[in-house]
Amino acid sequence: MRAGVAPRPLVRGPALTRAVVVLGGAGALLLVALVAGIGLGSVTVAPDDVLRVLAHRLLGIGASSGVSPSTETIIVDLRLPRVLGAMVVGAGLACAGTVFQAILRNPMADPYIIGTAAGASLGATVGIVLPLLVPALAIGAGSSVLGLGAVQLLAFAGGVATVALVIGVARSGGRLPSVTLLLTGYAVSSLLAAGVALLMFASGRALAAIFSWLMGSLAAVGWLDLAIAGPIVLAVFVVLFARWRSLNLLLLGDGPAANLGLDVGREKLRLTMLATLSTSAAVAISGTIGFVGLVVPHLLRLAAGPDHRLLLPASAVLGAALLVLADLGARLAGGIPVGVVTALVGAPFFLFLLRRSRRVVSTMPA
Amino acid sequence: MTRVAEIAGLHVSYDADGARRNVLRGLDFEVSEGELVALLGPNGSGKTTLLRAIVGTVPRDAGRVSLFGRDIATWNRMELARRVAVLPQSLVLPDGFRVAEIVEMGRAPHATRWFGSSDADAAAVERALADADALDLAERHADELSGGERQRVLVAMALAQEPELLLLDEPTLHLDIAHQAALLASVAHLRARRGLTVIAVLHDLNLAAAHAPRLAVLGGGRIVADGPPESVMRPDLIRDLFGVAVDEARTADGRRFLVPRASPIANEPSPRRGGMTG
Repeated sequence: MRAGVAPRPLVRGPALTRAVVVLGGAGALLLVALVAGIGLGSVTVAPDDVLRVLAHRLLGIGASSGVSPSTETIIVDLRLPRVLGAMVVGAGLACAGTVFQAILRNPMADPYIIGTAAGASLGATVGIVLPLLVPALAIGAGSSVLGLGAVQLLAFAGGVATVALVIGVARSGGRLPSVTLLLTGYAVSSLLAAGVALLMFASGRALAAIFSWLMGSLAAVGWLDLAIAGPIVLAVFVVLFARWRSLNLLLLGDGPAANLGLDVGREKLRLTMLATLSTSAAVAISGTIGFVGLVVPHLLRLAAGPDHRLLLPASAVLGAALLVLADLGARLAGGIPVGVVTALVGAPFFLFLLRRSRRVVSTMPA
Repeated sequence: MTRVAEIAGLHVSYDADGARRNVLRGLDFEVSEGELVALLGPNGSGKTTLLRAIVGTVPRDAGRVSLFGRDIATWNRMELARRVAVLPQSLVLPDGFRVAEIVEMGRAPHATRWFGSSDADAAAVERALADADALDLAERHADELSGGERQRVLVAMALAQEPELLLLDEPTLHLDIAHQAALLASVAHLRARRGLTVIAVLHDLNLAAAHAPRLAVLGGGRIVADGPPESVMRPDLIRDLFGVAVDEARTADGRRFLVPRASPIANEPSPRRGGMTG
């Protein structure tokens, strides 16, 4: 510290400038993604028209005069739900990934790691196949409970139920050891994946539908899906954000966190269920989209540091932005599944991280 | 003097390799306010287990453990963390945090602000860093620290908790002799300055004798010797307990110390190497 310079306070929140840069950057990217995601496609809508319609319809500011009714229909009925869906799913998965990486103290953890994806996949597959296998249910095919599709409901329930099962098996004496949780999740996932494979084998003409669900797609997201998944993801985010201190303490390990007053077993259980709710809500409306929940928290840990006060909101915003862009890419590439795009971009990045972390390990003192 | 920790008839056992291993068998132990007690004993004698029992993180089979006059079972973790700090044997500091941020985590049990930290938190962190001789490390990152610096940071984190009782589990592990002596001297100093009660698991008998006014030795699941260094540092006691013959020697200024003979006593099973400690 140079003489004459007032010492910076030792205790402070995440550096303000860093927070502004990271959140501002992610927010700007999200805005660009939003305008591009709505504006680009078979019919191109100019950015100012997009903003004018959004301001009018969502915020009640100004008027959408000068924009043709057909353009407005494209924006509001076709593209907006899809873009908002991508935002909800991207934010939900990135938050859940951040939380799982903290709970498990495992940088390779993603939102699906303890069985959510396998459970949701089985639920969705059952929802797709059942009406075909049991003709009596075929009448109900395409019908819904509370207006929501059976596939979405079963996917959501499958994800939540699977994690509940995994926790039940992994828990012993009020403790939830990370390694047991991971291994139990892996074993249960494998079991459920076998169930999905079996159903796919027996599914006949529903195979394509199952396949497309497993690859992930935002094409079918409607306002009703958003009205249910959106509030779940948002509420979970708020609760998780309020628990930033627990998330930070868990990075020290279970024992030290307990010595600092955290009821570790119960807190991990709570956080796991919250992250699972967010993941399941996302997966229910989009299918299993990979890599967003793994890569986004990593990218931000490098840029913003490990403090969850900044990491969690930044993950939500960047996750939302990146999935909107990935979905736009999928759409412009002729409607390929968005899961293919995130994997194509995410997998090389994942490999880069692996190589990087191997270098870190090898340079660590013995 | 006020009793900080009172343990009577404590039995603790573990499942190890399918068999029940009785680690503590009717242990009695009391520590009063302001004491500095070094806990000694062979590997696997239950030193770490005793520390865990004191903070209630290991199930008891029988016996009584109370802290500050209250049974340990009636404390919740947060209440306990406000009065008792533990320096664990191994703690991997998370990457990416500055030292000041890690030390601030020690304030968690006292947190009053939802988002940031209060002036009291900031003052406590600064005082803890100063007392642990770690002020110069405040802006550094955890992954840039040497073993000795890391240990100072952990001590600072424990001090930031502003505990009345400080439990140290082999705080000198991985430290060279200069840092070992420095750490224990600073613990002794802090005990006087902050009125702390300290229980420290140590392995080095001579180091313990040099810094702690009271030594307690664990063997066979009980405290087998307890008192000032002169009464505990007896060659016969050490030989019986550790299975190694020792010679007694004196420095020019009259300090007594024990030196193991070159080879352990013949026909004695050698103590288990590696694996479990404490």
